[in-house]
Amino acid sequence: MTKMHMVSALNNALDIAMKADDKIVILGEDVGVDGGVFRVTENLQKNYGEQRVIDTPLAEAGIVGCSIGMSLNGLKPIPEIQFSGFSYQAFHHIKQHMARIRQRTNNTMSCPMVLRAPCSGGIRALEHHSESPESFFIHCQGIRVIMPAGPYDAKGLMLAAIKSEDPVIFLEPKKIYRSFKEDVPEEAYEIELDKANVRKQGTDLTMISWGAMTRLCEETIEDLEKENISVEHIDLRTLWPLDINTLSNSVNKTKKCIIVQEATKSCSLSSEISAQINERCVLNLEAPIQRVTSWDLPFPQFALENYFLPNKTRIKNAVKKVLEF
Amino acid sequence: MAQEQIGQFGINHVSILDKEGNVDEKLASGFTKEQLSEMYYYMNLLRKFDEKLFNLQRSGKIGTYAQTKGQEASEIGSGLALSENDWFVPSFRELGVYLTRKVPKNLLVQAWNGDTRALGNPNHSHNLPISIPIGSQCIHATGIAWASQIKQEKDVTIVYFGEGATSEGDFHEAMNFAGVFNLPIVFFCQRNGWSISTPTTKETKSETIAQKAIAYGFKGIQVDGNDVLAVNKVTTQAIEKARSGDGPTLIESITYRMGDHTTSDDSMKYRTQEEINEWENKDPVLRFEKYITNNNILNEQEKTDIHNAIEREIQEAVEQGLSVEKPNPEQMFEDVFAQMPEMLKEQKEELLNEIIQMSEQNNNGGNQ
Repeated sequence: MTKMHMVSALNNALDIAMKADDKIVILGEDVGVDGGVFRVTENLQKNYGEQRVIDTPLAEAGIVGCSIGMSLNGLKPIPEIQFSGFSYQAFHHIKQHMARIRQRTNNTMSCPMVLRAPCSGGIRALEHHSESPESFFIHCQGIRVIMPAGPYDAKGLMLAAIKSEDPVIFLEPKKIYRSFKEDVPEEAYEIELDKANVRKQGTDLTMISWGAMTRLCEETIEDLEKENISVEHIDLRTLWPLDINTLSNSVNKTKKCIIVQEATKSCSLSSEISAQINERCVLNLEAPIQRVTSWDLPFPQFALENYFLPNKTRIKNAVKKVLEF
Repeated sequence: MAQEQIGQFGINHVSILDKEGNVDEKLASGFTKEQLSEMYYYMNLLRKFDEKLFNLQRSGKIGTYAQTKGQEASEIGSGLALSENDWFVPSFRELGVYLTRKVPKNLLVQAWNGDTRALGNPNHSHNLPISIPIGSQCIHATGIAWASQIKQEKDVTIVYFGEGATSEGDFHEAMNFAGVFNLPIVFFCQRNGWSISTPTTKETKSETIAQKAIAYGFKGIQVDGNDVLAVNKVTTQAIEKARSGDGPTLIESITYRMGDHTTSDDSMKYRTQEEINEWENKDPVLRFEKYITNNNILNEQEKTDIHNAIEREIQEAVEQGLSVEKPNPEQMFEDVFAQMPEMLKEQKEELLNEIIQMSEQNNNGGNQ
């Protein structure tokens, strides 16, 4: 075990994977010599060469489109989009090609790959650098979407994602890249995909979160416990396909549910979770499901981001609402 | 302040066979009778098969179809330049290249009838299915070529697109990546005059498409796309160059889309009959016929045998392609993820129940 923050855990996972499989290539803007602007790919080009850790021209559609071709021709690419806010240039390739090549070739071709992108806000970044775009990718039927909540999960999920036979979009919340460390085993380990993680058992309500919100939820739950409120906390780990059974089992037990997401509210993953829990648990629910999200606005310039992003107060208000209903 | 010319660029145009069927003897000398006979077979097969598919759509037997008529030399000339292991990345009007790649013709009928089972080609994994979003396939092809280079394999990738695709960003990103990494790829532009109703002059101000390669640091060349010999020669050279590690080439094949954009289009709305007539004089199939006949490359009997074989093969393909059982409705759920997620299993069950219900209602003659 070593104490690692999430950047080191991801770097360690990529290093282990590249050592084990010479079909893996990393490509993207500034991923080689520079080691990525957040240093997730640090030293990998030094260790594995310019043919396997490739600094590309500045072209997101090109990076993702080429990765699709590389994957069709037997490599396992791990492209990086430098910030998820710039993934939209590549969106056509994600939606129309990456997601559908297996179906449109009758299962004779597929394009397993892991598209990494730093995501989400809270670090006072410039415009377009703080987006949480997971719902767009979830709507591209045929893609697995993962967002880790900390260093331990990041390494295990990354190693499992690389083994996946389907394309994966791996979103890395920047705010927790270096904000805390966890014990991370030095050797390889995988965390099961498509499975949510019950981080804490509880009885009064179910709180569902993912990405950087999981840390915020944990801090809030500490406060709530002082008020004798017992929260069952579930982190999704894999956002899609959704592990609805783990969620609905918990809600059937606690009979109350709050979903905390950093992305904006409407037509989002929280909307979908709310709908599916209603379909399965409505007769057990004792209060309307509450969603704690960012407002339905373009991400503001960072001077106002703390008013935009979910915070403890917003979560506690939702908790109060379901408990007092 | 000094001003001096720091670069000088030119584009070559290649043609071997003129519209009367006369050839440049020197350039035409490399072709064997076997090669010419193969070209003759494929050019005529494509013309006839294309007509057949068009008629099948008109009689309601298959779905919307994009005709190839007029582009036979461009497709057959280039398709025959490929080796079996080379990667073929099409847009959606390359029926002729699929034929030279020996894709079973019944599967091509089936594919144009909306059946996914025909798009996957287990016999030849180096053919991609047709790609409908314009230009996007250019960048996939670049990735495929890149993987060949990284794996140190000798396969070359050829990607097809029309001049409309050269207005798309994907084309330019693909050309740029291919140039920067010196990839084993051939960009093959079928400049057929029209992108649905938009003429070439409204797609680009460039005098040639080929010159766009200059900006990306590699060679562009223009060829008479209705001249099967020239197309074959130029493509063969580009493939050899890529295979030997000397990087990409952009080929601009000047041809003409004699049919409508697809069977859903009426090109009389935006182009004139005179324009079509003018190109009929340059018809690639007739031009090659004149050459083959005037030079006694194939005698009447040999030609008749080829035409009879084509007739028979098309008839068989259509019979097989249309008589295949409809795909199983469950199948659309099967091939999305490697292992079907729970949510899709549930939705599949729902569909199966719906099908049982619908069939019961039909059997009862009741309302649905």
